[in-house]
Amino acid sequence: MNFNINFFKYRFIAFALSAFLIGLSAFLFLTKNLNLGIDFKGGIMIEAKFSDVPDLALLRDKIDNLQIGNSEIQEFGDSNTILFRLEKIDDGNITQEEIIQKLKNELDEDTDYRRVEFVGPKVGKELKSIAIKAVLFSLIAMFIYIWFRFSGWQFGLGALVALFHDVLSTMGFFSLTQIEFNLASIAAILTIAGYSINDTVVVFDRIRENLVKTDRELKELLNVSINQTLSRTLMTSITTLLALLALFIFGGEVVKGFVSAMMWGVLIGTYSSIFIASPLILFFGFKKVEEKS
Amino acid sequence: MLKINKWNVFFVLAVCVTAIYYIIPNIYGKSEVTALPKFLSQKQVNLGLDLQGGSHLLLEVDTTSVLKEKSEDLVDDIRKSLRKSKIKYSNLGSKITGAVVTISDPEKITAAKNNIRENIEKGITIEESKNKLNLFFSDQYIIETRANTVEQSIEVVRKRVDESGTKEPSIQRQGEERIVVQLPGIKNPERVKALIGRTAKLNFHMLDPTTVELAEQRGKLPPGTFKALNSDPTAYEKQFVVKKRVLLTGERLKNAAATVDAQTGRYVVAFEFDKKGAKKFAKITTDNTYQRLAILLDNKVISAPQIREPITGGQGNISGNFSPETANDLAVLLRAGSLPAPIKVLEERTVGPSLGIDSIEAGKKALAIGFILVIVFMIIRYKAFGIVADFAIIFNIILLISMLSAIEATLTMPGIAGIVLTVGMAVDANVLVFERIKEEIRSGRSILNSIDLGYKFAIKTILDANFTTLIAALLLYNYGSGPIKGFAVTLSIGILTSMFTALILTKLIVTFWVLRLKPNKLYI
Repeated sequence: MNFNINFFKYRFIAFALSAFLIGLSAFLFLTKNLNLGIDFKGGIMIEAKFSDVPDLALLRDKIDNLQIGNSEIQEFGDSNTILFRLEKIDDGNITQEEIIQKLKNELDEDTDYRRVEFVGPKVGKELKSIAIKAVLFSLIAMFIYIWFRFSGWQFGLGALVALFHDVLSTMGFFSLTQIEFNLASIAAILTIAGYSINDTVVVFDRIRENLVKTDRELKELLNVSINQTLSRTLMTSITTLLALLALFIFGGEVVKGFVSAMMWGVLIGTYSSIFIASPLILFFGFKKVEEKS
Repeated sequence: MLKINKWNVFFVLAVCVTAIYYIIPNIYGKSEVTALPKFLSQKQVNLGLDLQGGSHLLLEVDTTSVLKEKSEDLVDDIRKSLRKSKIKYSNLGSKITGAVVTISDPEKITAAKNNIRENIEKGITIEESKNKLNLFFSDQYIIETRANTVEQSIEVVRKRVDESGTKEPSIQRQGEERIVVQLPGIKNPERVKALIGRTAKLNFHMLDPTTVELAEQRGKLPPGTFKALNSDPTAYEKQFVVKKRVLLTGERLKNAAATVDAQTGRYVVAFEFDKKGAKKFAKITTDNTYQRLAILLDNKVISAPQIREPITGGQGNISGNFSPETANDLAVLLRAGSLPAPIKVLEERTVGPSLGIDSIEAGKKALAIGFILVIVFMIIRYKAFGIVADFAIIFNIILLISMLSAIEATLTMPGIAGIVLTVGMAVDANVLVFERIKEEIRSGRSILNSIDLGYKFAIKTILDANFTTLIAALLLYNYGSGPIKGFAVTLSIGILTSMFTALILTKLIVTFWVLRLKPNKLYI
């Protein structure tokens, strides 16, 4: 396909849309927060499959009667499978093994415990700081790479803004959908970051090539570069989305949250590399002479 | 000019052979693989705990408690040595890593210091200020004590896990004072956890003839005794008054086993002391005949039998309210010995076998469907070149799995997701090349020239673009835990193999095809 779309015509609409998206993400993040999983919050999570469809209200009563702290009960995948999330009460009187045992005592004997996870408060805190470090370091590493690879700080900053745009709106996505935010979510965010930069780099590479080859006006040159790479950008997004779609439908409950975030990330990453990263170079005042010197 | 590079042909063939070499063992089961001929690889992809089911436990050894104990021992040693040499002192007490004492007569401070030094372990520094002595463990002593404690704990945990019948457990130290225990395919994680977490300090005391009721009436315990709970809360006697002195410890045990008592028909734990222990036990039972022994496990009374006659053979039974399982567990604990310090479970991740099997099935299905979707789409979009790209995808998956086998990587559910994602993302390198070829043809170049330029231009971009994804994957590997690491591994290997298939393999195929058939028009 041969594209000839004037993307720069839409740049202010795109900037406004993105500003709204970021603002909305921040608002959601502040009001609804993230649905932190036990990886970061600490606590107990049990996925149990019952032989018959259990009565949720009855289960809730039973668990409230145990007095083992705040609990959440929800269906997981199918109506026979229930996910229990218990906040750990850390008063030293009762160990997590005892809490798990107490809960198990309340449930039928032929219950299939598919997953039992416990994260102590100490480990939760550590995992949190590790996650923050991982995200920060990868953002910094990518920025440095772009900076060195493309002369002109406008490229590095353009890519970085697009990257933050994608990461922040993915956080907004987690906040809006209330999909559990856990270690897999961090993996999703880092993969999205890699994907988004990947898309941006392809466009930037073409801009760099065209800067040497043609004498076009910068604005037009940027637009041509986006158009030239558009076919590839869309193709890769589609194949990646197809693979993710297969994972979403057939991959099981465990990876569903991760996969939905990834799908959102691919969409937003594609959008930002077209509408945000390249127009920003112009916005930051990049001049053609600067490239040649 | 576009031509077939001989070295590339050689390289591709070498990679193919290597890939086949490493992928073969995966066809066989774990037990069959060892029976393969020696010249074949025996390395397989391991399934992570989330796929084969099992428990991952992160334990922390409370090494500070050992230092506290050592500090209290130090206080005892100081008291003894000062009393012996009749030096008056006050304010003797322990700290977390050391002790303090005030010597009443300032003139005797040097004497006291020398006296103490003779009677205590090495690795303790003594500082004096006025008439006060400050004793503390040197940093090296603390580090060594902590390290030894963790090492010993690992040994005990290993013995206990081995005795519990878990197959292929992995027990490793992590960081300063943590232990990672991995128990694949375990059926009853609660029981093993309970086994691992017990300190299992077995002590033999004498029971004081005073009953708890009597002591409560008097308002105080007899001197040199303490109150201990019965380990069986349903028993008639809830508490006991036990003499403080430890007569014998579990360290002297040679063996322990769960058996059925011939007379009562109930489960008991039979134990046997070593030579030294047997001698001591004989003396205790001779001196205290008709009195009651108190057997304490972790400061709770598990049995308080009356000594009917002196036991000189060094053998005995512990009869509590045991079920076959609890008797067996106690025997395991006694055989493996006690932990030098309390252990706490910081993190647990257990996956039941049914979820593991479901996850593998789901992963296979997602991979197959994702694969078909992408393959069909590529053919629709790039026609003949699509078939070439599809061939590259297939080869990519084979290469990816063979590399995972070669490094004996652990495949997890996120890892499978990484493979599926690779199917979608790995076509990117080919897409970049194909789009470029199309562009060059559109600008009026010859077919051969377009293909040549297509690869030439795309290569830089491919390297640039993949590098950033690699950065993300490497950081994930560095910071991620178990399952996430699996994702990082498949993603990064997938990127590397996709670069190989796109830049070398498909280039070779396309070149060969174009040079041989000399098509007038490219169906791309």
